[in-house]
Amino acid sequence: MDCYTANWNPLGEETFYRKLELYSMEWGLREDLRDCVVAAAPYGGPIALLRNSRRDKIPGARPLLEIYSSSGLLLASVPWKSGRLVHLGWTAGEDLLCIQEDGTVLVYNLFCEFKRHFSMGNEVLQNHVLEAQVFHTEFGTGVAILTGALRFSLATNIDDLKLRRLPEVPGLQKPPPCWAVLSQDRVTMVLLAVGQELFLLDNTSCSVVSPPGLSPSAGPFLHMAVSFTHRHLALFSDSGTVWMGTASLKEKFCEFNTGIRSPPKQMVWCTRPRSRQRAVVLAWERQLMVVGNSSECIRYKQLTIEVLLDRLVLRRLYPLAIRICEFLRLPEIQGVSRILAHWACYKVQQKDKSDEEVAQAINQKLGDTAGISYSDIATRAYDCGRAELAIKLLEYEPRSGEQVPLLLKMKRSKLALGKAIESGDTDLVYTVVLHLKNELNRGTFFMTLQNQPVALSLYRQFCRHQERETLKDLYNQDDNHQELGNLHVQGGYCEQRIEGRVAALQNALDEFYKAKNDFAAKATEEQIKLLRLQRHLQEELDKPYLDLSLHDTVATLILDGHHKRAEQLYRDFRIPDKRYWWLKINALATRGDWEEMEKFSKSKKSPIGYLPFVEVAVKHHNRYEAKKYAPRVPPEQRVKAFVLVGDLEQAAEAAIERKNEAEMSLVLARCSAGTDGAVAEKLNRARAQLLKK
Amino acid sequence: MALAGRHDAPEPPDFGILKRLARDQLVYLLEQQHDVDKLYKVETRPGPGASDQFCFLVRPRVRTMRFIADIVNADKMSGRSRKYKIIFSPQKFYACEMVLEEEGVFGDVTCDEWSFYLLPLDEDIISMELPEFFRDYFLEGDHRWINPIARALQLLNSLYGPFGKTYGIGRCAKMSYELWRDLEEENESEGQGRKPEIGHVFLTDRDMDYVTALCSQVVYEGIVDDTFRIKCGSVDFGPDVTSSDKSIKVLLNSQDKVFSQIRNEHFSSVFGLLSQKSRNLQAQYDRRRGMDIKQMKDFVSQELKGLKQEHRLLSLHIGACEFIMKKKTKQDFQETIKAEHSLLEGFDIRESTSFIEEHIDRQVSPIESLRLMCLLSITENGLIPKDYRSLKTQYLQSYGPEHLLTFHNLKRIGLLTEQSAGETLTAVESKVSKLVTDRAAGKITDAFNSLARKSNFRAISKKLGLIPRLDGEYDLKMPRDMAYVFGGAYMPLSCKIIEQVLERRGWQGLEEVVRLLNGNEFSASDSTVEDNPAWESQRVVLAVFLGGCTFSEIAALRFLGKERGCKFIFLTTAITNSARMMEAMIEAKA
Repeated sequence: MDCYTANWNPLGEETFYRKLELYSMEWGLREDLRDCVVAAAPYGGPIALLRNSRRDKIPGARPLLEIYSSSGLLLASVPWKSGRLVHLGWTAGEDLLCIQEDGTVLVYNLFCEFKRHFSMGNEVLQNHVLEAQVFHTEFGTGVAILTGALRFSLATNIDDLKLRRLPEVPGLQKPPPCWAVLSQDRVTMVLLAVGQELFLLDNTSCSVVSPPGLSPSAGPFLHMAVSFTHRHLALFSDSGTVWMGTASLKEKFCEFNTGIRSPPKQMVWCTRPRSRQRAVVLAWERQLMVVGNSSECIRYKQLTIEVLLDRLVLRRLYPLAIRICEFLRLPEIQGVSRILAHWACYKVQQKDKSDEEVAQAINQKLGDTAGISYSDIATRAYDCGRAELAIKLLEYEPRSGEQVPLLLKMKRSKLALGKAIESGDTDLVYTVVLHLKNELNRGTFFMTLQNQPVALSLYRQFCRHQERETLKDLYNQDDNHQELGNLHVQGGYCEQRIEGRVAALQNALDEFYKAKNDFAAKATEEQIKLLRLQRHLQEELDKPYLDLSLHDTVATLILDGHHKRAEQLYRDFRIPDKRYWWLKINALATRGDWEEMEKFSKSKKSPIGYLPFVEVAVKHHNRYEAKKYAPRVPPEQRVKAFVLVGDLEQAAEAAIERKNEAEMSLVLARCSAGTDGAVAEKLNRARAQLLKK
Repeated sequence: MALAGRHDAPEPPDFGILKRLARDQLVYLLEQQHDVDKLYKVETRPGPGASDQFCFLVRPRVRTMRFIADIVNADKMSGRSRKYKIIFSPQKFYACEMVLEEEGVFGDVTCDEWSFYLLPLDEDIISMELPEFFRDYFLEGDHRWINPIARALQLLNSLYGPFGKTYGIGRCAKMSYELWRDLEEENESEGQGRKPEIGHVFLTDRDMDYVTALCSQVVYEGIVDDTFRIKCGSVDFGPDVTSSDKSIKVLLNSQDKVFSQIRNEHFSSVFGLLSQKSRNLQAQYDRRRGMDIKQMKDFVSQELKGLKQEHRLLSLHIGACEFIMKKKTKQDFQETIKAEHSLLEGFDIRESTSFIEEHIDRQVSPIESLRLMCLLSITENGLIPKDYRSLKTQYLQSYGPEHLLTFHNLKRIGLLTEQSAGETLTAVESKVSKLVTDRAAGKITDAFNSLARKSNFRAISKKLGLIPRLDGEYDLKMPRDMAYVFGGAYMPLSCKIIEQVLERRGWQGLEEVVRLLNGNEFSASDSTVEDNPAWESQRVVLAVFLGGCTFSEIAALRFLGKERGCKFIFLTTAITNSARMMEAMIEAKA
């Protein structure tokens, strides 16, 4: 410890480096790594190894898939029974992707347990995968392949699989010596070298690109490397030149001739986030070269504490993870309860314990810790084929809404419906209803709804706007004739033709009878009668009558002078006398047929009295006619009538005669000083006399 | 209401923050789109040539979804490709997505939510602007709006601190309250520790009191709403009012110096106040005489603008009053009011029935006729069978047969029913309606529609003394109680309940009223809030009306607040009145 700088060596002029042995690998590999397919996970994650794969020509010898920790401890191994493997890679979540020749990608966890698989497309089946790469972008982990037909395909995010087949590269005869996946502006592309040319493949096009400032003597490209952030690119050409610049090919950092013309085995970027210092490390058989101004590579700062905990959980080191949480005093939701939830998800997979035992063990440990989702744990149990356990676990879930998705998945739809309604979330109810609709036959579906009025009324609301026919079926199902009748009535009003409307109303009529709603039946019957009559009138008088109410129909007839017909309707539809008189005098006044009105007033005693005659004439500014009726108004309304026609003298007389003080005041208020002096005086006198008594 | 006697009412909480929050979120949502170049109303179809992306800002309604789907499908047919984004306010419903999916456009649109629950209309009124709530919930039994209401309460709670005491009555009130409590439990902490600004909350369902909403309004703000329809706190005065050839849009709120003085007054005093005001104004103008140049300069620069503004508003309100007077005399307004009062008091029912019949026969107005029929029914616990049939027949003859469906709706909601044997609720019925309140008891929930509630208005009115005993003339200029909002004839039931519960600090002693109202009452206090009578917030009361509230009710509670030295603030699903309620029940053709 006397000299801190003793083990530092100069690199170039201003930079120094030192070599430290952190630890030695624990593994005792018998064969050369060159004979294995190898993949190391980012951030010091596990290392996957497929042995013997290069010698798979020996029949019967199954290769072995092994996973080691980064220090070489064997975590798990499994004999490889599937097809020929082309490439291994790790996802950001430490799942191992095994890309087979036939385009199938198998996903394992870091304990060599199979999780799922997906395919890179049917086209690959025939053409085979020649090469593959696993890459990481902000969208997640992706896979790119080069097929035997020399076409590239890629999936940007394997958790949301969307395969894209990239366009053809013109003139490509054999696999390119090197290629890489670039991600820029949220678009994923492939960069490939063909001899001295570089091609960039995006979704739709293939374009030639060239790195700025590349020395003309560089020659064909043999190797390329993209930095982890997709920001930088390094190219190695057969003249031994390394070109370093931005991946957008807009800027060059530097160029360096290594003096070695054979392609390196490996070339990788070494950068620190946001650091201006960048370096590329090249490895040949026995040589390691660092190009750039510094080679420091520290990644753990990107590895947040959450990710660290995730890693521990993935390795099933639950107690250690909880210890760390406690030490760091992480809030429960982020820390302990999350880890407990993971533990529970692992626990449900232990098949040697009974459902009862597992459920109890979980509940004992978790209790009602904040942030624990029992439904998530139950989902995991169900995924492992333990439906009964799942239901037991769901019972611990306090939020009923949370139980719904799993119950649906488990085809316990009716239970789910109950829980959805309990949650008070109508959206959830709709979700379940739609599910039920697709799952059950119509009859059972309706029956189920009948028992759940909240769901039923929601569904009815939806049908009212979207599926009227279904609504009919619903009402049919429970013999709701009243609503069926209403639907027919409503449907009728959409019909433009009278015939259509009559037919709809006829249906409504039947339903109203069945519903024992006499009033509605009678009203509908009348309406049918009216419609038929209106059609008749329309044809005969060549004037639209449809859509008019009975009142308006009769009024229109009178307005047009068809008094006989109006009379006929009055009798046929038993229109009450009062209505008929109101209607008729209004129509006649509008028509200005004062002669007919006078005749009518004398036809019999008016059921509405004669004040309305006065009012209606005044309304149509005909005082002369109004005056005719004023004397026929009964005494208690006579003052008002005379005031209306403007005959204050008579009004005063009537008021005095009735000895009514209020009426006298009413008339007085109308008297103007100039013209009605005499009347006013008379009234004042009478009033004084009245008050004296 | 802990302290009796007059106080200066405390200031209401500042609602400005609600607007700012909503605006910021909308700006954020719109910025994700690129520049907006044109705004259209959703009903009007944008031109085909318009931009490459459409952004729809809509309510979550099935009808609207169909409209959008039509646009998208039409574009597809003509080979036009565009980006479509739908922003739902206040939230997205699954049913909407279902419609988009069924119409085959779900993949073509992206959706967002603008959680704009509360629109402050004035310093003491917040509206959710959900007029459809009334029909959806009370008629169709659709619970979809309960979630937004609970979220609105959550928002208020997080902004203005925990509520001290919560009272409520009605099924929806109870469900909303419970859902809100659940939401609060799920994400504790937000509103906690804040100084409470709202001391009491009272939630009430509109169906607790239909009578008040059905009455003709006679306080100025109410009468303006009945006559001209106030929309989002502003009104369009037409040429008749402005005495020019164009309409003028006027904001009606406490900022309007003229309006704020007359809004709560009985209409009969408004003219007097307005002419007093115009005399004052004239006097202020007249001060100009005898001013020197300096004074004149100050007058012009400081006061003149304000005076002119006031002058403009004054003439508009005078114009409005004249228009109202003209209209009212034409339609025998006095007669109508008289009939209404007898219905409320329960006198001369036969005469009122004939009045309504004549109203129908003369085709005065379909909405008005319907309103009077409903008022008759609800005050009388239903119509006698003979009247029930004949009034309906008359109505169909006058206004068209399609109203058969309207009557069906009115019956379902309990606004127009037939009297049945047996006066009050049977024991079984009240037991059932108790059960119905529990959210879990979904099985019988739908029963509430058929379980047409009796209004029991007469009995409640007697119990609570809603009809003031008249000794002498009721001085409308110097009101003595809340009845002034209906010319001294009737005290709004909804407001009276609120007054009673606040006074008693709970439902004790109101058991009989609660039973007549069909129960569903609740009260709860937040244990985290100290009961500190010194706090101003103790005198701030939030009145929540589910299904709409009228300006008459607002005026009545403002009056009560002044009397008791507390401040009422209002949260309603929408401002309503009798016409809006009737229109919500009318079954439109097609």
